[in-house]
Amino acid sequence: MNSSHFRPWLPVCILAVLLMGVTQWAASAEGKNPNAFNRLMTPMSERNPPPAEDGIHDPENFGTELLQHPRESFSNLPKSPSGNNVNWTKALENGDIAPRYHRDDDEATPIVMDLNIVREVKGSMPNVVYPHKQHTEWLDCSNCHPAIFIPQKGANQISMAQILLGEACGICHGKVAFPVSECRRCHSQSK
Amino acid sequence: MNYLSIHKSFLIATGVLLLALAVAWPGGQLRAEFGDVVINNYSDEAGMRPVIFPHWFHRIRYRCKVCHGDLGFKFEAGGNDINMLKIIDGEFCGACHNGEIAWAVENCDVCHSARPGTPTQVHESTLQKLIAPVDGAQGSKE
Repeated sequence: MNSSHFRPWLPVCILAVLLMGVTQWAASAEGKNPNAFNRLMTPMSERNPPPAEDGIHDPENFGTELLQHPRESFSNLPKSPSGNNVNWTKALENGDIAPRYHRDDDEATPIVMDLNIVREVKGSMPNVVYPHKQHTEWLDCSNCHPAIFIPQKGANQISMAQILLGEACGICHGKVAFPVSECRRCHSQSK
Repeated sequence: MNYLSIHKSFLIATGVLLLALAVAWPGGQLRAEFGDVVINNYSDEAGMRPVIFPHWFHRIRYRCKVCHGDLGFKFEAGGNDINMLKIIDGEFCGACHNGEIAWAVENCDVCHSARPGTPTQVHESTLQKLIAPVDGAQGSKE
């Protein structure tokens, strides 16, 4: 190919069309369409952004560049609709992740207790089934007992309001563990 | 038309494109990872960027019990009164970030990586969302 085949206006036209697309996209990003779908929801494509673009990491900071991108890390993990968009319980069960149980010992294994506690709830919601098994995979008994939950049947009054305010189950759920929007993962036993 | 002018038109158009992108890019949104903890007990005062602790990164490698049981981290953002002296002495983060289990304290800006002035918080927590509505100052999603 020689230079006579070049049509200088062609790249300019292509770029202009691209530019129009970008402008339109920008207009919608600015909220110009008042009836956009899921106006207040973060679209899937914008979840788990790289640290430099997440709004709290400083993109000017050199160390920010060294941090792993969550999207890359989560690519092979089971999905979930909320939180990190990762189902951590399933990831552990499947063996997709193998977190250590001791600071510097790969062999240490957790003391797992397989005991479900059924909490009968008021109203029409299904009862809560609390599985010790999944919790003791991650945590030690002393993380919850006795400071957060008295280990005795009927001794712990828990309300959704408390949980929303970050107490009881809400000490983890809604901060690092799946939030209350996933009602059925706890309220799972029909009456 | 010669190569130079083709090159020029490309350059100009690319420049305009980049400018349009820069203007259009949704800036100032807070949408970092669920569970990222910002710790700004002393950082701002000391002229350092606040610390961001990524829970997601650590839970892939460690179960909760290791830090919240063995190392004594309370379940409260900013509630542990951590300082660099304690870390260097092997407490809190320093139990692993000692150059043996994980990289050591000389990598200041890998932890001290938040935008200056970011307050202590558990990012994206339910409580944070309840206090700061979606169109509020904290989690502005326009």
